[in-house]
Amino acid sequence: MPHNQLFLPLAVLCAATLVACGKSEIPPATPTAASELVVKIGASAPLTGPQAHIGKDNENGTRMAIEDANAKGVTIGGKKVRFELLSEDDQTDPKTATIVAQKLVDAKVNGVIGHLNSGTTIPASRIYSDNNIPQISPSATAVSYTAQGFKTAFRVMANDGQQGKVLGEYASKNLAAKKIAVIDDRTAYGQGLADEFAKAAQAGGAQIVAHEYTTDKAMDFTAVLTSIKGKQPDLVFFGGMDPQGVPLVKQLKALGLNAKFMMGDGGYTPKLIELAGTAAEGVYASLPGVPLAQMPGGKDFSQRYEAKFKQPIQLYAPYCYDAVNVMIAAMQQAGSAEPAKYLPVLAKISYDGVTAKISFDEKGDLKGGAVTLYQVQQGKWQALQTMGGNAPAAPH
Amino acid sequence: MPLDILLQQILNGLVQGSVYALVALGYTMVYGILGLINFAHGEVVMVGAMVALSVSQLLLAAGLPPLLVLLLSLLAAVAVCMLLGYGIERIAYRPLRNAPRLAPLITAIGVSIVLQNLAMIFWGREYHAFPQMLPSSPHILAGAVINEVQITIVLVALAVMTGLLLLVHRTRLGRAMRAVAENPSAAALMGVDINSVISITFMLGSALAAVAGIMVSANYGIAHYYMGSILGLKAFTAAVLGGIGNLRGAMLGGLLLGLIESLGAGYIGDLSGGFFGSNYQDVFAFFVLIAVLVFRPSGLLGERVAERA
Repeated sequence: MPHNQLFLPLAVLCAATLVACGKSEIPPATPTAASELVVKIGASAPLTGPQAHIGKDNENGTRMAIEDANAKGVTIGGKKVRFELLSEDDQTDPKTATIVAQKLVDAKVNGVIGHLNSGTTIPASRIYSDNNIPQISPSATAVSYTAQGFKTAFRVMANDGQQGKVLGEYASKNLAAKKIAVIDDRTAYGQGLADEFAKAAQAGGAQIVAHEYTTDKAMDFTAVLTSIKGKQPDLVFFGGMDPQGVPLVKQLKALGLNAKFMMGDGGYTPKLIELAGTAAEGVYASLPGVPLAQMPGGKDFSQRYEAKFKQPIQLYAPYCYDAVNVMIAAMQQAGSAEPAKYLPVLAKISYDGVTAKISFDEKGDLKGGAVTLYQVQQGKWQALQTMGGNAPAAPH
Repeated sequence: MPLDILLQQILNGLVQGSVYALVALGYTMVYGILGLINFAHGEVVMVGAMVALSVSQLLLAAGLPPLLVLLLSLLAAVAVCMLLGYGIERIAYRPLRNAPRLAPLITAIGVSIVLQNLAMIFWGREYHAFPQMLPSSPHILAGAVINEVQITIVLVALAVMTGLLLLVHRTRLGRAMRAVAENPSAAALMGVDINSVISITFMLGSALAAVAGIMVSANYGIAHYYMGSILGLKAFTAAVLGGIGNLRGAMLGGLLLGLIESLGAGYIGDLSGGFFGSNYQDVFAFFVLIAVLVFRPSGLLGERVAERA
């Protein structure tokens, strides 16, 4: 059977790929000593697919916090603790997110950092809530995430209600845009943010002349942009992430559409400038929180991150780092890593993080979350102004 | 309905449709000969784009002129993809040629996942900026805008498709391909080397995929390991729309799908008074597909089933 010889190399190839792309779990370095308590932290973000670069950034931030804690040596209730990271790929897909959530629950994690997108965070949050496992999302900004009444759901970032309001007011008042076109990617995040933006912009006196749609996997936007061009807007707002933002702004410029372009936090990445090149010039984007350089530990964090992972921070890594640390702090204060014991402490905590002073309101939202508006000027993101929250004075 | 906007939508559709058509040809050629849907084809498109990206970055850094770099990276991508197409057929499909039809379909999906993950390991998860090697200054044509890259895409696609038709209908190799498609065992009895004809078909389809990959990346200025899967799905739809197994059908299906998408997304909102929006873009495209299949089950230009059986 000469045919069978061909299967072996293929099988080896498949196996190698699966091993290489499997979940990245820190292998237990030493056999667990009897006195040592192992605390499992679950994390989930898209590690494959169009948003894999942002998902990996989240994983890096989480991993860094856990390795820092292990290096420092943390004790909880008098016991020495070793933290273990269980990182899972949710593929930006709501269905996969629920499977991943169940997997983390079955692995008996003590808490979860994630997910990245609102569309995955919301369906997964029910599973964590049912199993009473605290969940801190570093980056899910949709209002509805914490509005479900789950006691286990927290986030360390201002939500889209706050963000959309700031963006909409800035567009209609500061930029004096009269006619605005809105595009969203039909995800929980993009749609939610676009709707909040449109509400605030209309309240500011602007008219929404078009509301068009795309998906979080699309690359060609010429059809909707051409249709928008016919309505001659002053500003185009896109609720979505940078993989769509880049071709969108390039095609907008190529079609000769003479309008300002604005995105939410999904657009505020170094990649957007690198990939869109000159088309990125003048693009507006926002990010909940204050600029990295003004975060309490921002400079030090970004230097250590770049030294460790040999790449710049993409987006949410500092928030992931804080999410882990606030969870650990709650465990320490409660003297237990048991979810039932540290959850009430987490709800009332006050913690000085890298990104901000973190404490949660009764819904699990970050108290006094600030939002900063940025613009690409000469190939760099420049902070324009920080609004809301206990923000420091507006930068330059 | 302003005329310049309509013209712009038609141009958008033609550019998008040309890419679909090129990729659809790869699906249809393989299906025509083997009755197999090569789901790894979208990944070959991606590999073509990624190889061109790496080669062009290297050569541009060496200071070669952009047009020469484009040509060389095209050649490199075509060569690598042809090799890849040959390898995929040899490893994943040939051993299963007489197996039940479901088996090669599963290996096709497997190959697609393997290629995607290997590309992710090799090129990383991040998006890469595809170097701009053609000038892309906009030309205004009766109020519509088109740039050199897009003009090149449409012209190259037309040239490649004409060349392929000539190859299949006017050459000895083309006759052998048609013979194998008609009846492999009879063709073998007449002295046609089936294995090499099938290998060549895979290599030709992969070469077209490489060209399409470069076009897509050059047009959007982006290359990413995931770019092949959605494009592959759309092109497969185009092939079915035109009649899978038929070369002219793939071309027609591709162009038509591009136009339907662009005109659909552009006008559905205004025509339905805002009841439907551009979120129905894909629904619209698939609705047309269903309608075509209900009335012509083998696609617009598809061969009659009896001929194949």
